[in-house]
Amino acid sequence: MPKPEILDPQGQAVAGALHRLGVAGVTEVRQGKHFELEVDDAVDDDTLHRIAGSLLANPVIEDWRVTRA
Amino acid sequence: MRVGVITFPGTLDDVDAVRAVRIAGGEPVHLWHADHDLRGVDALVVPGGFSYGDYLRAGAIAARAPIMDEVVAAADRGMPVLGICNGFQILCEAGLLPGALTRNAGLHFVCRDLRLRVESAATAWTGSFAAGQEIVVPLKSGEGRYVADAATLVQLEREGRVVFRYVDAAPNGSMGDIAGVASANGRVVGLMPHPEHAIDPLTGPSADGLGLFTAVLAAVASA
Repeated sequence: MPKPEILDPQGQAVAGALHRLGVAGVTEVRQGKHFELEVDDAVDDDTLHRIAGSLLANPVIEDWRVTRA
Repeated sequence: MRVGVITFPGTLDDVDAVRAVRIAGGEPVHLWHADHDLRGVDALVVPGGFSYGDYLRAGAIAARAPIMDEVVAAADRGMPVLGICNGFQILCEAGLLPGALTRNAGLHFVCRDLRLRVESAATAWTGSFAAGQEIVVPLKSGEGRYVADAATLVQLEREGRVVFRYVDAAPNGSMGDIAGVASANGRVVGLMPHPEHAIDPLTGPSADGLGLFTAVLAAVASA
């Protein structure tokens, strides 16, 4: 997800569209990315965090978290 | 003086960058993203385009291409490196320059000639300009909004590493109207506008951009 202080013009555009559609009560939209990885059992959490922090996300502008399904 | 120009899948502006190097008086050398070989160049240009389709993030996948291992190592040795547009995004993603480039405020792709102020002549790529000089070059990008955290912005300003600034308000919402920045040693420079498109009044809005390419030849010659 873009960090809170990073301007998210795409999210703002979605919020504007919701407003035009007559949806009330949505005060803000933030747009991010979601990756689903199929991994072997041997791939540990450290590896997943390394993948997330070094390639999938840019820590300069994005926060990220890893969850296992 | 050999100046390498890297081509990735999706690079567009390598041909103009090669032409700019040649007209400036250098010997352009084509480099390929999948190689681990800089072919003995004295300086490097990472040109613009849409490397790898801008998938994931602009410049993110190119920053991990094989040749980038050599680019990072060469930059660490002090080789001058210039990133233009997508090349700037790649150098940020590779960690050679601070900050990041994000979607333009307003979401529009911006394609126009505009005025830049050269804020620092103390880099390997801007020695042919005077600090404060204004130049006219094209900007053509959809993800050119420069962002960095507050501490980084303060540091860049304090250390004179904001190299180019939009004279009129940044058309992409860049923080501090920043159009280009440099590494701490002034050897690596990145900017969103395209100096390689402004090297001849016949084909561009000015010849102002040629100054970056003549500057690096002088910088390498004096090293």
